[in-house]
Amino acid sequence: MAAGVAAWLPFARAAAIGWMPVANCPMPVAPRDHSKQQDELIVLNVSGRRFQTWRTTLDRYPDTLLGSSEKEFFYNEESKEYFFDRDPDAFRSILNFYRTGKLHYPRHECISAYDEELAFFGIIPEIIGDCCYEEYKDRKRENAERLMDDQEDNKDSKLPNMNFRETMWRAFENPHTSTMALVFYYVTGFFIAISVITNVVETVPCGSTPNQKDVPCGERYTVAFFCMDTACVMIFTVEYLMRLFAAPSRYRFMRSVMSIIDVVAILPYYIGLVMTNNEDVSGAFVTLRVFRVFRIFKFSRHSQGLRILGYTLKSCASELGFLLFSLTMAIIIFATVMFYAEKGSSSSKFTSIPASFWYTIVTMTTLGYGDMVPKTIAGKIFGSICSLSGVLVIALPVPVIVSNFSRIYHQNQRADKRRAQKVQKARLARIRVAKTGTSSAFLHCKRNGLFDELRELPGSEEGEQQLSKTTTLLESQHHHLLHCLEKTTAHEFIDEQLYEQNCLEGALQSYPSRSPSLSSQEGPTGTCCTRRARKTPLPDASLSSACQRGLQELSAVHIQCSDQPPLSTRSAVVSEIDT
Amino acid sequence: MAGCSQRCRQGIFKFLQCLHRFVSGTLSKDKVDDELEMTMVCHRPEGLEQLEAQTNFTKRELQVLYRGFKNECPSGVVNEETFKHIYAQFFPHGDASNYAHYLFNAFDSAHNGSIKFEDFVMGLSILLRGSVREKLQWTFNLYDINRDGYINKEEMIEIVRAIYDMMGKYTYPALKGDVPKQHVDAFFQKMDKNKDGVVTLEEFILACQEDENMMRSLQLFENVI
Repeated sequence: MAAGVAAWLPFARAAAIGWMPVANCPMPVAPRDHSKQQDELIVLNVSGRRFQTWRTTLDRYPDTLLGSSEKEFFYNEESKEYFFDRDPDAFRSILNFYRTGKLHYPRHECISAYDEELAFFGIIPEIIGDCCYEEYKDRKRENAERLMDDQEDNKDSKLPNMNFRETMWRAFENPHTSTMALVFYYVTGFFIAISVITNVVETVPCGSTPNQKDVPCGERYTVAFFCMDTACVMIFTVEYLMRLFAAPSRYRFMRSVMSIIDVVAILPYYIGLVMTNNEDVSGAFVTLRVFRVFRIFKFSRHSQGLRILGYTLKSCASELGFLLFSLTMAIIIFATVMFYAEKGSSSSKFTSIPASFWYTIVTMTTLGYGDMVPKTIAGKIFGSICSLSGVLVIALPVPVIVSNFSRIYHQNQRADKRRAQKVQKARLARIRVAKTGTSSAFLHCKRNGLFDELRELPGSEEGEQQLSKTTTLLESQHHHLLHCLEKTTAHEFIDEQLYEQNCLEGALQSYPSRSPSLSSQEGPTGTCCTRRARKTPLPDASLSSACQRGLQELSAVHIQCSDQPPLSTRSAVVSEIDT
Repeated sequence: MAGCSQRCRQGIFKFLQCLHRFVSGTLSKDKVDDELEMTMVCHRPEGLEQLEAQTNFTKRELQVLYRGFKNECPSGVVNEETFKHIYAQFFPHGDASNYAHYLFNAFDSAHNGSIKFEDFVMGLSILLRGSVREKLQWTFNLYDINRDGYINKEEMIEIVRAIYDMMGKYTYPALKGDVPKQHVDAFFQKMDKNKDGVVTLEEFILACQEDENMMRSLQLFENVI
């Protein structure tokens, strides 16, 4: 149960009086508070520094060291204080957690020392408040990465039990794992370079036959270039197919950017093979050759810098978009102005507004080719304004992009964004599990609750000691409150699986409204109490035998109490409770 | 296949969103929300002696109560949101907000939307240390939502429904049909002596005093503090 609200439990229990008139069944007996001492000050001596707090403050979190009976191990009889041989500075924030309900991470503290302190005092780090959680997680990740870097150099040996496919994938992703992978890495790199150089050299004019103009090398040595191209494409195809085979998730691999680049790089060749006979589409075929330049992007597998650049551009997409948008606006404005300004002049190159776009772009980026020049005075004025504003408009978003790049380069080089999201989900799940511990605790206690009721007779000492052994007083009071709610509404809490089971069973058969073994005299009290006599499905087999006895006993007593006058002490008290 | 088409649709939608953002040139949004300035209401209760005189608690008990109260609400007053949140912690299975709302109105004697420590302690004093008549009167006020001195069926159904909401969905036996209404019908049969469709304070107190179970249950919570 959450912290400070433990102080409100008495209030919630008092407010339960509001349910009494509505309830038809009698309420269960409240747990007795025998350890009812006055709230006392506890002294916690942490390596000589004394902290003092109320006992109830520490009792707020019964699943930690200080809140449970574990602290009794540290009790010092002579000085009547609890002595802990730990760091007093870190203890401050831990004690503040009990006081305020929020755990803070002190920034000057070393992350692993803090983690150790938390582990010692039984506090899970996920409870760290949102104000400090980001810092904590960042520091922890940095620390983990630092340790991981040191370990990576030692991690040369192959992991056992990796089949051929996994080995291949690992070799592809990390070339340093084996010599074969390294060889493959360099071979593909070499062929990418060869392919790119081939494409470039193809278009260089080399030598000329006397009666013809310069021919590009591609047309002169067609066969040689064709062979080179074929070899490269074969290597790339084989590489792609091998990667496809080794990928752990083929569908995901096919969707990834690198695989698309691979496909686009080799596709033109195959399309060219198919299309050589048809002359009409040869124009399109020439265009396809342009796509061969995409082979240069295959280098991004070999270069981390390229990958970071691509990632930066992707993450700066909004800044780039802003840059483009503002430039477009400015271009349109200035092009319109220049067009109308130059309309009057003769032989003006500014024939239309789209034609003026070229002038505006060239001027704003301060290129100034000089192929289009304004001639009128108004045109010159606006032209100068255009070039001045161009400098401003371009200069503004660029530093943002640059700083993004440097930030990403330094920080997120190794970070995987998707991993961070999974961690966040896992953290929330862990907190949820810790918090919902109470609801399952209540359901668990309910199954034990049957014999706790029988033992909870006033004046029965062993029964209450048993009770305090399994649950703290706070928990038992909370369970009593939930029990009262059950009695008020004449329905019980069960967990989800049992509910599903019952729904299924209910669909198959109809329930008898009350157990046949009970007398018909019982009015409204009968309905809620007959359920005890019915067999409830018990998932916990170890409890079943004792529970069955408890069930039978209760129902047996119930039968008796309606006839017999209260005589023997045990049945008398139980019947008093139940009628 | 359904999941695939769903993902395709999501992908297209995201792409269009990206395109839109690209074209319109919006910068990445500022994640910092403008926090509404919390009204710095601070309330100090009257002195310990006065409270001790007005309620049936001892000084010690008042001290313990105030420490708990102040810890959860440092400003000295509880507003309805905080109240609902606190009450919901005790009933993790279901939805306690409706019942907490009615409870809040019962404690908020001045009806100004916040509970001060005095209201809190007065209410608790009645519930835990008051006479039977006072307790029953407090309960009557809880049920009488519109404070007109009568409990009619609609008010009762609301209250009982709020109580059943706290149970949540996973109950045994499963909540089928209109269980709150049946419960209210049984209640009215017991309480409404002259069968005029409403329950007055006197009818209520009389009917409760006749019910032995209830009398015993009222004594149950005396040792809560």
